[in-house]
Amino acid sequence: MVLQALFFYLFAALAVASAFMVIASRNPVHSVLFLILCFFNAAGLFVLIGAEYLAMLLVVVYVGAVMVLFLFVVMMLDVDFAEMRQGFLQYLPIGALIGAILLAELLMVVSGWYIAPGLLGEGSAPIPPVEQTQNIAAIGELLYTRYIYWFQIAGLVLLVAMIGAIVLTLRHKPGVRRQNISEQVARRPETSIEVVKVESGKGL
Amino acid sequence: MEIGIAHYLGVAAILFTIGIFGIFLNRKNVIVILMSIELLLLAVNINLVAFSYFMQDLVGQIFALLVLTVAAAEAAIGLAIVVVYFRNRGSIAVEDINMMKG
Repeated sequence: MVLQALFFYLFAALAVASAFMVIASRNPVHSVLFLILCFFNAAGLFVLIGAEYLAMLLVVVYVGAVMVLFLFVVMMLDVDFAEMRQGFLQYLPIGALIGAILLAELLMVVSGWYIAPGLLGEGSAPIPPVEQTQNIAAIGELLYTRYIYWFQIAGLVLLVAMIGAIVLTLRHKPGVRRQNISEQVARRPETSIEVVKVESGKGL
Repeated sequence: MEIGIAHYLGVAAILFTIGIFGIFLNRKNVIVILMSIELLLLAVNINLVAFSYFMQDLVGQIFALLVLTVAAAEAAIGLAIVVVYFRNRGSIAVEDINMMKG
C-alpha cells in the first residue's frame, strides 16, 4: 500500500511538472517531448488503478501516433519560434488569475468527494475480479456487445478524420506531369499522328 | 496512506488547469494550443478512469476509450488545418488568424 502511494505521488508529480513544461518551454519540440513524458506518467497512473488496456492504448496510440504527428508538424513548419515568444508575459496575469480561480474551484469540488458504500459495484457493468477476467478481456466483452454501435461510430469518426486530413492537405502542383489513363487508352492514330506535306528543299 | 478518488481527481484538476492556462498563455503558437487541448482531454480521461475504478464500473473505461478516439481525430484534423494555414499564409501566429474578422 505504501509502495502504491509512493508510485502515485511519483507519477502525479512528474505528470504535473511535465505538463507545466509543455506550456512553459521555449522550443515547441521540447513541448512535444514533455507532453510525451506527461502521457507516460498518466499511463502509469492508469496502471496503478487497474486500467492496463487504457494505459497501453495511451502509450501506443497517443505517444506512438499522435505525438509523432505533432513532432512531424512542428519540425516541418519553418517558423521562427523565438519570435513567437514575444508578448509571452502579456497574458500572464489574466491567465494566472483565471487558472488560480479555476483550480481553487475544482479542488473545492473534488476534495470532499467520497462514494457512498452502497453504490460500490452497483453500476451497470461491474468490473469482474482480476483473477477471473483480465482488464482487456472485460473491456472487449463489454465493448463488442453492449457498446458495439459506439465502437462503430468511433471507427467512423476516425475514418472521417482521415479523409478530412487527406482532403485538407492534398494539393495538385501545377506543372507536374501525371498519368492520365483514360486519355492514354482513348488514343488513336488520328489524334496522335500528324501527316505533314513537306516541300522538298525547305524543311519544316 | 490510502490513495482515494480525491487524489486522482486532484491530479486531473491540476492538469486541466494547466491546459486552460496554456491556452491563455500561448497566444502566438497554434501548435502549443493544440497540445493544451490534448492536456485537457487527458485530464478528463484520468477522471473517467478514476471513477471507473473507485465505483467498480467498467463503463467509465469504455467512455475514456471513446474520448481517446475523438481526441486522436481532433489532433489529426487540427494539425492538417495548421499545415494548410501555414502553406497559405506563412505563419501560425494566432493573432494573424483574422481572415474572417472574428
